[in-house]
Amino acid sequence: MSENRQVSDSIDDLYADTLHYHVNTGGETIHAKRMPGRFRNLKWLSMSSWLLFFISPYLQWNGHQALLFDIPGRKFYLFGITIWPQDIWMLSLVLIMLAITLFGVTAVAGRLFCGYFCFQTVWTDIFTFIEDKIEGSPMQRRKLDKAPWSADKIRKKVIKHTLWILIAILTGITFAAYFTNSFELWHDYLTLSASLIAWVVLGLFIAGTYILAGFMREQVCFWLCPYARIQSVMVDKDSILPTYDYHRGEPRGKVKGGDESSKGDCIDCKVCVGVCPTGVDIREGLSEGCITCGMCIDACDSIMDRVNKPRGLIRYLSQKEMEGEKLPPLFRRPRVITYSTIFMLAVAGIIYGLATIPPIELSIVHSRQPLFMRMSDGSIQNKYTIKAVNKLETDQRVSLSVQSGSGNIRLVDEAYFRDITLKAGKLVPFSIFLLADPDTLKQENSDVRLTIQGITQPEITVTYDSVFVGPKGR
Amino acid sequence: MDKHNQSNKPQDTGHEWDGIRELTNPPPRWWLISFHIGWIWCIIYFLLYPSIPLINGSNEGLLGWTQIKEFKEAVVENEAVKAPYMAKLKAMSAGEIMADAELRNFAESAAKAVYGDSCAACHGAGGEGAEGLFPVLADDDWLFGGDIDTIIETITEGRMADMPAHADMLESDQIEKLADFVVALPRGEATQEGWALFEEAGCMGCHGDNAKGGALNDDTFSGAANLTDQVWRFGGSREAVLRTIRYGVNQEDIAETRSAIMPAFGVKLTPEQIKILAIKVHAMGGGK
Repeated sequence: MSENRQVSDSIDDLYADTLHYHVNTGGETIHAKRMPGRFRNLKWLSMSSWLLFFISPYLQWNGHQALLFDIPGRKFYLFGITIWPQDIWMLSLVLIMLAITLFGVTAVAGRLFCGYFCFQTVWTDIFTFIEDKIEGSPMQRRKLDKAPWSADKIRKKVIKHTLWILIAILTGITFAAYFTNSFELWHDYLTLSASLIAWVVLGLFIAGTYILAGFMREQVCFWLCPYARIQSVMVDKDSILPTYDYHRGEPRGKVKGGDESSKGDCIDCKVCVGVCPTGVDIREGLSEGCITCGMCIDACDSIMDRVNKPRGLIRYLSQKEMEGEKLPPLFRRPRVITYSTIFMLAVAGIIYGLATIPPIELSIVHSRQPLFMRMSDGSIQNKYTIKAVNKLETDQRVSLSVQSGSGNIRLVDEAYFRDITLKAGKLVPFSIFLLADPDTLKQENSDVRLTIQGITQPEITVTYDSVFVGPKGR
Repeated sequence: MDKHNQSNKPQDTGHEWDGIRELTNPPPRWWLISFHIGWIWCIIYFLLYPSIPLINGSNEGLLGWTQIKEFKEAVVENEAVKAPYMAKLKAMSAGEIMADAELRNFAESAAKAVYGDSCAACHGAGGEGAEGLFPVLADDDWLFGGDIDTIIETITEGRMADMPAHADMLESDQIEKLADFVVALPRGEATQEGWALFEEAGCMGCHGDNAKGGALNDDTFSGAANLTDQVWRFGGSREAVLRTIRYGVNQEDIAETRSAIMPAFGVKLTPEQIKILAIKVHAMGGGK
């Protein structure tokens, strides 16, 4: 029995860490105090960039919606640029660029995105702002949560949830407005005549916004969001993060009378914990829950002002600086250099892509069955399917011609193809035949080039290289 | 007051196995929410969709949705899009359709499925035929005629050529000489002697006195091949030609005879289907 006891004790030692390690599984709602300050202002400013999200779907450009992701029509409109599925490779560059921006920013300044821009943070902040205005301070909110149901409690809760759902509805409609005509969409929603898919999107967004920002809040950052985890591993000793200066702060303790000298600057008021939207105690060092929003810095600064100590007990600080080393300049950090290089390459690729989107996209498929046909006079005929997409907004008259390096290869019905019309924004495949005298074919496969030359717009020239197949053994 | 400093020991269920203790940490809130959404979803799904296997199929589900219903609805939707074009195809003649680039394109695409079902087995997916067995559709050599109306007639009525077997009608060396002549014709090496034999053996009756076959001599009945061009119906080797002359085409009771029967599709396909098929065949590479 006593032996068992001993084992149990050593096990307790094993678990000693967990005594301090509090895992936030959302069992208790975090009611963070809102305090004014530098970073609070900065957060409002960065959060306001999301207003663009709400305004953009209503901008117009040259008679169409400026930003429109027309999925049934398989076209993306970005102001004056129309992106077809063929140009979608640029999307991968955009994604690379965004990812690298996230990595680069994280390497330099930690989870800046999480703290200031992420929709989860922003929507949660707005939701708790409403909560704060209606239900009062965190203390009052906790009391209200515990209080039995009363007319006043019902009134407050109903107002709060109504406002939350209104924001959720607006969020959903705004998102859907990027994928269809935004004004028609509003009309359809208001007259309850929207399509099923529009209702499903709206329903999902209302549920998502309401649940994620209203109830799950920091739990999303802790347990759901992959970027939170990715960013945590992208931080290094050079990254500046909200850090508690323990050299200055410890040993912490309340200021009582004279013996100030033996204590550090931290008066253990726990305001930094109280304002943290994710319930982290910054004084315990780096935390997986810290979204680096700087609210604790504002809080601590205000306390330091009150107790007449210098500000910055909690401040943006790198681990190196904390250990008394100097922070190397940005351009001498390998990570920063690597990330900026990849970033530049991606940006260059996107600019190149946008600048060189061809007005007519040509692709030619050589018929494989049969590869070639012997005609009655002995000549060899090949069949091709032409897929020419006219990406412009007007019909284009063009001519189609064939050039070949070797062999007398000519286009059947050439006169007809001297002036054909490609309909605006359409792809209508058609067939052509090329004919060659077998005696002039020097090898089995001869190179041919098909050219589309604009007539309406003579500056358009698109070429496509294909092959003319003849019989073997020549 | 501060929950971070309250904890003393992790809660314990009292279970312990070889020093591994089972704690009572609650599962994360997100997990609980997902779990509840999960089972609620299951029940809703179970009620809405067919989910109970019965002896004859399954239960209906509250939505009354089935895959085959959705498919049928999609087919109806598709038919509605096609309807105005199909109406035009029905009203217009094949020639008129071919003159309209858009309609011709539509007809060719619409014919793809019916071509695959009815024609491709013999004539090949691209009309390439099968050497010595089934005629090529993609070239410009036509046994019965390559204009659109004749193609429609060929598909509707079917075709059956008839070439007599000459093994018993001619001397063996005559047949050999005829074969030499036929092989030499497309090369432009035919001799006067050959032409004389061609006439004497009665070949001209069907193949024409210029040997250009039925279609080019305004005969859309016999299906006699053009012997002067580079396209061979049953193969251009001397052996293949010898066999054709000896045993003929479609001769009853002769094992080695060439078989060349095109079934009549008028009984299987609608006139519209045949019309678009003919347009597709005409556009394969050699329509007249």
